[in-house]
Amino acid sequence: MSNQKEITEPSYLEYKGKYKGVFSWILSTDHKRIALLYLFSILSFFVIGATLGLLMKFELIAPGKTIMDAQTYNAFFTLHGIIMIFAVVIPGLPAVFGNFLLPIMIGAKDVAFPRLNLFSWYLYVAGVSLVIVSQFAGDGPPDTGWTFYAPYSFRTAGTMLPAVFGAFVLGFSSILTGLNFLVTMHRMRAPGMTWLKMPLFPWTLYATGWVQLLATPIIGITLLMIVAERTLHIGFFDPSLGGDPLLYQHLFWTYSHPAVYIMILPAMGAISEIITTFSHKTIFGYKFMVASVLAIAFVGYFVWGHHMFTSGMSGTALYTFSLLTFLVAVPSSIKVFNWISTMHQGSIDLQTPFYWAMAFIFVFMIGGFSGLVLGSLAANVHLHNTHYVVAHFHFIVFGGTGFAFFGAVHYWYPKITGKMYDTKWANIGLVLFFIGFITLYGPMFYLGFKGMPRRYFDYDEVFHAGNIISTMGSWILYSGLGIIIINLFSSLKGGVKAPADPWGGKTLEWTIPSPPPVENFDEIPLITKGPYDYK
Amino acid sequence: MAAETHRDDLASKTGMWLFLFTEMLFFAGLFVVYSVYRFRNPEAFHLAAKELSVPIGTINTIILLISSTTIAMSITALQKKNKKFALLLIGITIFLGIAFLVNKYFEWGEHIKEHIYPGSPVLALRGQGDVLFYGLYFFMTGLHALHIIIGLVFIGFIAAKIVKNKIDSESFVLLENSGLYWHLVDLIWIFLFPLFYLIT
Repeated sequence: MSNQKEITEPSYLEYKGKYKGVFSWILSTDHKRIALLYLFSILSFFVIGATLGLLMKFELIAPGKTIMDAQTYNAFFTLHGIIMIFAVVIPGLPAVFGNFLLPIMIGAKDVAFPRLNLFSWYLYVAGVSLVIVSQFAGDGPPDTGWTFYAPYSFRTAGTMLPAVFGAFVLGFSSILTGLNFLVTMHRMRAPGMTWLKMPLFPWTLYATGWVQLLATPIIGITLLMIVAERTLHIGFFDPSLGGDPLLYQHLFWTYSHPAVYIMILPAMGAISEIITTFSHKTIFGYKFMVASVLAIAFVGYFVWGHHMFTSGMSGTALYTFSLLTFLVAVPSSIKVFNWISTMHQGSIDLQTPFYWAMAFIFVFMIGGFSGLVLGSLAANVHLHNTHYVVAHFHFIVFGGTGFAFFGAVHYWYPKITGKMYDTKWANIGLVLFFIGFITLYGPMFYLGFKGMPRRYFDYDEVFHAGNIISTMGSWILYSGLGIIIINLFSSLKGGVKAPADPWGGKTLEWTIPSPPPVENFDEIPLITKGPYDYK
Repeated sequence: MAAETHRDDLASKTGMWLFLFTEMLFFAGLFVVYSVYRFRNPEAFHLAAKELSVPIGTINTIILLISSTTIAMSITALQKKNKKFALLLIGITIFLGIAFLVNKYFEWGEHIKEHIYPGSPVLALRGQGDVLFYGLYFFMTGLHALHIIIGLVFIGFIAAKIVKNKIDSESFVLLENSGLYWHLVDLIWIFLFPLFYLIT
């Protein structure tokens, strides 16, 4: 792109719409501005959630009360869970990078329903606000954990209604984002972009869209039932009225397990883009990558029972769910093999996003394998509700989605902001983050194996050493996070101007200027080649 | 500041269909709960269902079916540029929707007069099966009634647009979408009616 063009076409950051100042952002229907609205809100909530985690780890540095009592600890892990799950990792990659890049990567000017897109952001903000209100209103913060298990969720004195309703509203926001993306991909791909010429990140958003659409309503109605239970005493899940708390768990996990794939699929998509670009080689087994994304999304619906192995199920149900859990690992490992094969004989350019992708594969594999341990019936009985589960979960969701999120931030930062960040500090931040991550969650595998239960503010003296290491890890992780965020913000001012294609990427977003003009493309491109055309 | 105003009726309809999927799954959760508790309390569900008024339920079913016909006819009328007839048919649809709600109001009123409502001590004395049956009955028909109200507001909003000529024979996708939504509300009732009134 010539410089002249950039002068005639204002970028989306400079464009003067009909509103001024902050209103040009919060009333904008431009998918790129909405993506940044999401980015800043999600980043803020992430810092809040991470700070709660830091404080909880500090509480666990020694047995007994250190800085907070049991009730505060319960409130903290509940809020940490609700914020991190519903407000950070579920919308994280789709709402930020999906919004920004999906239309550009498929050669469109915007999503199919721009106003609905802005509306989803408002729903998101409303949902999180409700969750935050629950902390300060009424008889005290919710203390059920993010799973709102019945019957405790309608017996506790904590202020459950706003929290549960907030999660319901966040689900609705997620549905609308998924719906918008699905229609966009069906109707707005550039001429010549057949389904199998679509890049992998949009493909993962496609599968995610279906999961958001078909799974989220189930949690919606389940949360409404909890609301009705608390206000009208209907008895859906109350054993004293004939209800069955196990039914709640089934309904809850029918959504919340597929939700894990809402979190991880777009992460896998971003990693696929990064690895191809920095290996300067076509992705290995493109069709298998597409098929495995769809297979994960599909099989992911039928494994929810593995969260309930110890809750009481028939033997047949137990081993069926266990078998399906093992099956869902197959497409995931196809993806890992294909990533490694893509690197094979590629000309690898070692840049920060590629390091993040490497770190992702490392922690994702540990997370995945520990998931298989939990998926086997006998081991599960021993490990259920211990710190092992906490470690596994954080390796997948924080290690998987979180690392991919930061990888994506560093990969698309030049495109989004038009500036290059300071690579040295970005790498220092990453190394600290990685070391901190392993030090924080690694010992939890050991602690869980030894029998330390999760969700207690206190523990036996035998678990002391592991907890000290883990808490120290949380400090390293948090400093790494600080360096990363400060570096990204300071580069906004001090960074060098980014060219249109700083990494040598081949997908459509690298063919337009950085930052992109308001309309993305002067002329809708005609697609004749596959997405990763390296010769 | 949308990139440019761009119209794609098929996209709007696809979006609506996808939204209807989510609505169906929303109710699907309740149908699962209903099936589980019916399976566990066959006797109580059988007896409680006999107490519901089949005539009122039948009348309401007929009302909704006719209203679905009239909204579908209004789309064709508008396509044929017969604006007045389209508005009349929409008016009938809204009237029938309100009639459904009025019937429902009296039906609920009867139950509440007999102290049968969620959380009522009289209902609790009748046993757990009845508590669950009526809990589900009030929750599911209540949620359905809420959908009727949303549908009526939606259709009313469309009617206003037709009056102002913002929706005409060239751009009727919003009317079609409201029709789709109304059919879904109808469809859900078609399942609720036998589940609560007819299977005894």
